[in-house]
Amino acid sequence: MQIPIQDMPEQAPAKRVKDFTEVPLGYQMEAALEESMRCLDGCKAPCIKGCPVGIDIPAFIKKIEVQDFIGAAKVLKKYNLLPAICGRVCPQQEQCELVCVIGKKGPSVAIGRLERFAADFERMSGFVEIPEMAPPTGRKIAIVGSGPAGLTGASELARLGHKVTIFEALHRPGGVLVYGIPRFRLPIDVIDNEIEMLKKMGVEIICNAVIGKTLTIDDLFTQGYEAVLVGTGAGLPYFMNIPGENLCGVYSANEFLTRVNLMRADLFPDNLTPVFLGKKVAVIGAGDTAMDSSRTAKRLNPEKVTVYYRRSREEAPCLPREMEHAEQEGVEFKFLTNPVRFIGDENYFVKGMECVKMELGEPDASGRRSPRPIPGSEYIEEVDTVVMALGFGVNPIIKETTPGLETNKKGVIIVDPDTGRTSREGVYAAGDIITGGATVIKAMGQAKKAAKAIHEYLLTKNLDKEMAKT
Amino acid sequence: MPYPIREKRELAPNTVMLQVYAPLATVKMRPGQFVMVRVTPNGERIPLSISGWDRDKGTLRIIVQAVGRTSTELINLRVGDSLEDVVGPLGQPSHTDKCGTCVLIGGGYGTGAIIPIAQELVEKGNRVIGIIGARTKGLVLMEDELRNICHQVEVSTNDGSHGVKGLVTDVLAGILKQEPVHMVTAIGPVPMMKAVSNLTRPFNIKTFVSLNAIMVDGTGMCGACRVEVGGVTRFACIEGPDFDGHQVNFDELVYRQRMYVPYEKKAMELCGCKGGGQ
Repeated sequence: MQIPIQDMPEQAPAKRVKDFTEVPLGYQMEAALEESMRCLDGCKAPCIKGCPVGIDIPAFIKKIEVQDFIGAAKVLKKYNLLPAICGRVCPQQEQCELVCVIGKKGPSVAIGRLERFAADFERMSGFVEIPEMAPPTGRKIAIVGSGPAGLTGASELARLGHKVTIFEALHRPGGVLVYGIPRFRLPIDVIDNEIEMLKKMGVEIICNAVIGKTLTIDDLFTQGYEAVLVGTGAGLPYFMNIPGENLCGVYSANEFLTRVNLMRADLFPDNLTPVFLGKKVAVIGAGDTAMDSSRTAKRLNPEKVTVYYRRSREEAPCLPREMEHAEQEGVEFKFLTNPVRFIGDENYFVKGMECVKMELGEPDASGRRSPRPIPGSEYIEEVDTVVMALGFGVNPIIKETTPGLETNKKGVIIVDPDTGRTSREGVYAAGDIITGGATVIKAMGQAKKAAKAIHEYLLTKNLDKEMAKT
Repeated sequence: MPYPIREKRELAPNTVMLQVYAPLATVKMRPGQFVMVRVTPNGERIPLSISGWDRDKGTLRIIVQAVGRTSTELINLRVGDSLEDVVGPLGQPSHTDKCGTCVLIGGGYGTGAIIPIAQELVEKGNRVIGIIGARTKGLVLMEDELRNICHQVEVSTNDGSHGVKGLVTDVLAGILKQEPVHMVTAIGPVPMMKAVSNLTRPFNIKTFVSLNAIMVDGTGMCGACRVEVGGVTRFACIEGPDFDGHQVNFDELVYRQRMYVPYEKKAMELCGCKGGGQ
């Protein structure tokens, strides 16, 4: 008899929009056991190739099946330091679950849910062990940024025995995991737990250090760091360059999410960072950041939150489950609609948005049908808060202050895709800074490759030194 | 890591000078750059301009005037108390190339920020004239120090209790009649910077203003500090804070600075700390 896919319980929408507690509640043990049994023994495990970090997925699921949950977490951590995070935010249906053999006939094995279960079980059990570490090499490595790429790189390199220091620009480590992804999707203690583990592994984290400003990459080499891994992300928000975009009440998604996630403006005035939110909120864009923004806005209790997207539902780049969550929570969607200008009141606050209706034409470079405005379809929407979630560019600080570091026209650092090696000796890069914007797990996959390359670089560098002596 | 206050001096009512131990932020500090600080663990991040630094001691000098909740908390700190966070230097340094005669104008607490710029301009061989503006004599800041650096210093007060009676622009207009000026930098309240820019525009004198936009991260990530310069949106945190005063949309800046005034009032009411207030 076939076992049906095990649903993961979630908080009811009416309750969860009142706070920032996590929405999906995770599998109970029984459900995890049932789900683990859906994984086929002896299939060719295409899922492993579907995973950007190559987790031995059947092996960890097998451990769950035999009720060795800590063992399952250990398998995961061999490949991925942050399973509790990836189990929650990975786009599994585009990766491991997309190629699952079971998935050809019905729903795929819920790999992400199982990953989360094993990682959470380990964390809550208190039996989290420091991974096996190689003896200290005495080599110093600097990591710039403490987001997914930085944390992964730090873990890999620390395990290889190197002395790792992470430099973080903000006052708190975690990067996009703390300023960008909301707590109802990724609780803060999950991240803190991973950061504590890194510290136990001897990784030093220096906050309030903007590399490129506080110190340059060249300064790091002068200070005795032998290699640098740049994982600064794609932190520069895009705007549309349309009239009225600088009106009060028009935010970038980064600003809006940072105020709430990192600075906890939802707790104002107990927390001193405010966030202005009106009654009618418009979120522009339909990526994951737009979903995060709309659901965050919903929790601040406005009358209405509407997502405006210039293409149709099918083209929306967000994870389908995130749009589902947003809709369950009462976020409205207006597809094939694009703002053309914002209208302000006498105090320079946004009070309206002129939109144009769109239709889909021929496929563009991205393979998606390109939207074009329908002439004469302009109309005014009444809105008093706008969040622009249009994607990100690359922060220019590292590029401007690191001579010889090659970037493309968009400022994305050019690397060898297999190693993350940049045009500067000893400088490697991973994450959104080399892609211009992708996912947590892709950043982690690149960081793993870069860490391996850095390790090999240091070994050969060592050899060269030894050779020079003789 | 805490950032202790090493020295504190009251310069005027509600205005203090603080020496803050933040060694990392001093390493590459240049005139015109700023830091972001958080005073308490639940505090907001605010940008502060820098009026000097000592790399050996690892200290930054900041001049703070209490205008809201966070700045009020700052001026109420005592020697030995610590700031929660200090990060910097941020932004681009001010223009200090050799160009001839430079006029630096400081309004209120902005006077602190012109001191390192004046120093560097003098070092590079410019003739430097400082102008300090304040409402009244008791609010004139840093005059002696500026006199020690600049070739000439003029003071204006609204009530005429010290120096010229009038505004900094009255003093500047007088100077422009007397000698050729090649560069003007003004730091202070927006109306002052706007008036200075309007005055120098017909003379076609390069004029820089330091824009104190609202910021959250201060590193280009959030875009809260968007300012319109020459019809184009710029980020004050990474492209500024100094911009060409003749190109800045000051009216928009004023509106955007006021965005959180009602919240600021609420935070002040709940503060319970003495001093400050608008």
